[in-house]
Amino acid sequence: MMMPSGRFLTRAMAGAAILATALAAPAPAQQAPQPAPAAAAASNTFDAVRARGTLICGVNTGLAGFAQPDSQGVWRGFDVDYCRAYAAAIFGDPTKVRFVPTTAQNRFTALQSGEVDVLSRNTTWTLSRDTSLGFDFTGTNFFDGQGFMVKASTGVKTAKELDGATICVQPGTTTEQNLTDWARATRIRFTPVVIERLEEVVQAYLAGRCDAYTTDVSGLAATRSAQQRPADHVILPDVISKEPLSPLVRQGDPRFADVIKWVHYMLLSAEEFGITQANVQQMLQNDARPEVQRMLGRGGDLGRMLGLDNAWGANVIRAIGNYAEIFERNLKPIGLQRGPNALWTAGGLQYSPPFR
Amino acid sequence: MSQTTNDPRLLRAPPKRPIRLSWSDERVRGIVWQLLVVGIVGGIVWWLWSNTVHNLEVRRIATGFGFLGREAGLPIAEHLIDYNPTDTYFRALLVGLLNTLKVAVVGIVLATVLGTAIGIARLSRNWLLSKIAGVYVEVIRDLPLLLQLLFWYAVLQGLPGPRQALNPVDGVFLSNRGLKLPWIVWESAHSWALLAFVAGAAATWLYRRTARAKQMQDGQPRRVWPVALGLLLVLPVAVWWVLGAPWTPDMPALRGFNFQGGLNISPEYFALLLGLVLYTAGFIAEIVRAGILAVPHGQWEAAQALGLKPTQVLNQIVLPQALRVIVPPMTSQFLNLTKNSSLAVAIGYQDIVSIANTTLNQTGQAIEGIAIIMLVYLTISLSISLFMNWYNARIALVER
Repeated sequence: MMMPSGRFLTRAMAGAAILATALAAPAPAQQAPQPAPAAAAASNTFDAVRARGTLICGVNTGLAGFAQPDSQGVWRGFDVDYCRAYAAAIFGDPTKVRFVPTTAQNRFTALQSGEVDVLSRNTTWTLSRDTSLGFDFTGTNFFDGQGFMVKASTGVKTAKELDGATICVQPGTTTEQNLTDWARATRIRFTPVVIERLEEVVQAYLAGRCDAYTTDVSGLAATRSAQQRPADHVILPDVISKEPLSPLVRQGDPRFADVIKWVHYMLLSAEEFGITQANVQQMLQNDARPEVQRMLGRGGDLGRMLGLDNAWGANVIRAIGNYAEIFERNLKPIGLQRGPNALWTAGGLQYSPPFR
Repeated sequence: MSQTTNDPRLLRAPPKRPIRLSWSDERVRGIVWQLLVVGIVGGIVWWLWSNTVHNLEVRRIATGFGFLGREAGLPIAEHLIDYNPTDTYFRALLVGLLNTLKVAVVGIVLATVLGTAIGIARLSRNWLLSKIAGVYVEVIRDLPLLLQLLFWYAVLQGLPGPRQALNPVDGVFLSNRGLKLPWIVWESAHSWALLAFVAGAAATWLYRRTARAKQMQDGQPRRVWPVALGLLLVLPVAVWWVLGAPWTPDMPALRGFNFQGGLNISPEYFALLLGLVLYTAGFIAEIVRAGILAVPHGQWEAAQALGLKPTQVLNQIVLPQALRVIVPPMTSQFLNLTKNSSLAVAIGYQDIVSIANTTLNQTGQAIEGIAIIMLVYLTISLSISLFMNWYNARIALVER
């Protein structure tokens, strides 16, 4: 206020010069991130994955049957086999995949930030996740539903008997919201115990802190089979929600989403046409059915349309087998039946669009 | 900026030269450097901000705080205010905030009481007592808090189930579902009695202040306790009596899966409180010990030589001097306890972090969720700091 005008002018000039340089600098800097890896991951995952030579796949931290390291430290499971199938399709080699374990709470951030290319981690497909989180779900590879597990000693036979019970649940999942929806609809009062880590929530249930443990039926089966005496625990017959589990990718690269989508359909169609890990080579050479020839890359150029090698389908089946084989290998041992996950030809919901 | 001053030191300063636009003029150099630093900092902040906004847009991730008004749908076991899953995310977060305050406030009070007792015990002339206090402090301070929380939670989970609950006194049940205590059916008369107690406490404080002021004038000490007894005990009971003395006990009873009725302290809250109090008390004990040891022995002897009673020596001479050493590090401990309460997420107590985590997971808006958590802890911590600084200034040494 009291500054003489001459001095003010000098300061103003110095200030303007400094501000100009300071502001000019970030302008190109802001352009720079677009070709940089972070933004490239958003716009062009497919090229980034091919250039890297490995696919980064987000999986569960440890859920028997779906994703769990075995005693040699090798990842095993249904979701894990899907990751290997993607790698086989893209690189012709199922080993070119790196697994990143993610929790129920950090899985979405991992995918949003580009830490993983694809999330193959028993994740329920919902409208809000598909839209406001910026993801694309690529097709249900496991139809699941939420259920309850109780100790056999309680004598509880159906979920309707759970009024007044304490129920263990993991936070940040659709499970938590389904539970409250179900309780409101059936007028059942319950006390929640909300613990983030799977191991600890199961421990709380086993210690008797809760009367029941709720999650997807597949998850209940996995937990039950991991107990010393599985017969001590009962999975109630009530299924209170629809849980279509689907792999998901970031929005913004439809080509990559197409590859992920069609690998799943390849596994389904292979089962439908009887192509297995054992007979794929023989089918490739001898089977005369045109769709089988197109799938395995002996005829047509479906692979090239996806931006892949034309033998991608044969590579996938040779590496991990068809959908039925993946199911038998991983989910049968934990006591899961095909149920709604049978092919449409066997009365189930799994259905592949034609390879044409 | 002001050019006029009455400070004689500045009047002796060299006369002002007109500023020259030259690098050799130190004032020009100063301005240039300051503007450069401000420009760089501002530029970095602006770049981070615009980059974030740009990337969120590219990834089609929703932004803004609109989600606060949406239905939360998440279950919360413990709530101080009415809550059900049809309420909004805002209310769910408010419940979480109150849960954080519930554990922080109770924790600070209990940790201070326990820590002070252990600190004094460590100075005791009783060999056994001082050694036990010493071992306690060394063991508790050297184990990670998270480990202690998980330990206490596992211990509480190891209690028998509700059907085999421990029942030491009629109406008290201890099981792996928590501690059940008898309570009374709360009626308006109880609220009025509580209000009378608060008013009585304020009146007691005012009376004590005037009594002190009068003592300063005529040197006559006045007895405060009869007035305090009347205002704090007789008045609330009288109010309760006049309003019909309602007294309906609410006894917990096993019905179905769980106990119904009574007052419940959940294992999650209890484990968190126990862990935080025992851990922080270890640190507070050392602060209290250091504060008392910091008062020179001569002060005790001089006060006794003046003929003061032992309680007067402690209250009038030693404590005022010890508190000046104790209060500043105590502030850090209170802040630590409050912030450590966020470890609740590991043992399933639904504090603000747990609920904000769930919210950001369900809405996918991580930046907003984390911002809310930071804002809450910053506000609580600054409030504690402000209060403790005010208290510290009040008890500070007044130089005469």
